[in-house]
Amino acid sequence: MKTPIQLTPPKGPVELTLPKARQIEGSRAIAEAVGLCRPQVICAYPITPQTHIVEELSAMVKTGELMDCEFINVESEFAALSVAIGASAAGARAYTATSSQGLLYMAEAVYNASGMQLPIVMTLGNRAIGAPINIWNDHSDAMALRDAGWVLLFAETNQEAIDLHLQAFRLAEELSTPVMVCVDGFILTHAYEEVELPTPEAVDRWLPKFQPRQVLDPAEPITMGALVGPESFSEVRYLAHRKQLRALERIPELSAEFNATFGRNSGGILRTYKTEGAETIVLAMGSINGTIEDAIDELRRNGHAIGAVILTTFRPFPYASVAAALKNASQAIVVEKSLTAGMGGPLAADVTLALANTSTPVYSVIAGLGGRPIPQASLESIFERARDRELPETTFLDLHWDAVNQAITKELSWTPHT
Amino acid sequence: MFQVRIHGRGGQGVVTAAELLSMTAFTEGLHAQAFPSFGSERMGAPVAAFCRISNTPIRTREPIADPDGVIVQDPTLIHLFDLFGGLSKEGFVLVNSSRTPESLGLSAILEKLPTGHVRTIPATEIAREKIGRPIPNIAMLGGFAAMTGIITLKALAWAIHTKFPKALAEKNIEAAQAAFAAVQHAIAGEPIAARGEELMV
Repeated sequence: MKTPIQLTPPKGPVELTLPKARQIEGSRAIAEAVGLCRPQVICAYPITPQTHIVEELSAMVKTGELMDCEFINVESEFAALSVAIGASAAGARAYTATSSQGLLYMAEAVYNASGMQLPIVMTLGNRAIGAPINIWNDHSDAMALRDAGWVLLFAETNQEAIDLHLQAFRLAEELSTPVMVCVDGFILTHAYEEVELPTPEAVDRWLPKFQPRQVLDPAEPITMGALVGPESFSEVRYLAHRKQLRALERIPELSAEFNATFGRNSGGILRTYKTEGAETIVLAMGSINGTIEDAIDELRRNGHAIGAVILTTFRPFPYASVAAALKNASQAIVVEKSLTAGMGGPLAADVTLALANTSTPVYSVIAGLGGRPIPQASLESIFERARDRELPETTFLDLHWDAVNQAITKELSWTPHT
Repeated sequence: MFQVRIHGRGGQGVVTAAELLSMTAFTEGLHAQAFPSFGSERMGAPVAAFCRISNTPIRTREPIADPDGVIVQDPTLIHLFDLFGGLSKEGFVLVNSSRTPESLGLSAILEKLPTGHVRTIPATEIAREKIGRPIPNIAMLGGFAAMTGIITLKALAWAIHTKFPKALAEKNIEAAQAAFAAVQHAIAGEPIAARGEELMV
């Protein structure tokens, strides 16, 4: 849908002083937000599309813009998170960031951080996982480690990415649990858009000095991450589960407090968009929600009763909140940038479970894999098919069927050498 | 919403041009969103970047398929790709070249768009003279400002100052001014209808 050019000039003379909001790259905004949280140790290994974030942070440490912080260059992502674990165990506020293969390479340490209940905050610049190698955005990386015991939050915009980092440190340290902030690679990390960063004083009031639960101290030696046998392992795991359920209660409280402090409705479990009276509700995570909201406005203009749920907290999974947000809909459509081969959409599976006690059908739309653009027109056409009750259980958005069929034919024609 | 697609090659500052355009519009009190084409960019490879400018906050994340303006920083791309695909009927095209649009083989797009909406400027030569390097991006923005009225030269200068160190910023502003003047000069020799003033009032 083409909108005519209708720009009006700015009112009054152009203000050439630095405004409160700034037009900066997402990575720069995230780096500044992390800096405002005063991390004491940052350790990272560069990987596209996370690179700009840690480059900015290393520059901030070097120039002294970020004081009392050590930036440690490491040789791999496994080392990056392992150093963060060591730093956090020694009582430092620790931060790292990665993407895609980088997250997989640190997988063992990801479980160690949550198992040891260390309040590390990590930015994940969401990117596809190979093979085939692909540097573009989807949510495969987050999905691969969704059950590693971390809190997983997804940002819709770069403003929300900033706000989620501020909330992530609070949540992590209050509960002593690691938190991952997921930001769509390129689409957010490399986008220049308007953001507002709070003042250092405001962030200092929001985020008190880090007080670790347990500290490695040579004067009073303890062992962390020790061997735990069958007599106690279940209890350790149960306690981790309980803590995640506690996070589900704390996340909306922190979001409300953040709103009262900074005047922005960011974070929380989920947000609804025009769900009042909506027969169809679309649920998605991350930056695609912007395009979905535009599509919903367009369809609403045509009388289509449709709304959206923007899911921010993906782990722990908020079954009750999702069920409540969808309870008046006659159908739910889950749009997600991930696919579990042989199973389908992992987010759709979670939403289906949330609606297990209802008769509301859940339709799965797999979109944007490996950076495939998700045009508003394609979404609108899917939503219209849903309205007309013509949507299959699973749809692969804009799939090139000719290429798929060609590959299938080729595979079927293969015969072993005799 | 006014959408701009910038085409060029790695090393020509295509992504920076989109960033600066967004920063300029933001300075004007408008909302803007700039993003690259997300390729694995390298020197010399074709690159595209996008910029949306709007009176209202921008939510969409789709690449720009139907631009209102196309900036071509490298004329060798013209016949390699469909650079003008989806261009609006009232759209603008600015190509970096010292040749005329006709001689670049742009007759088809000249016929489709209103008079004065397809132009060329020798941005590489301007950049060589003012900056001492053949990076045409900022001169192209200066020309685009004059051609469309979508941004002012003053706001562009502010954005350039924000982005670059002082000495480099000043040279780039000179390049933008020279390109702006060149396009204004070209417009002055033409009937008033070609000025694109509908955007400025």
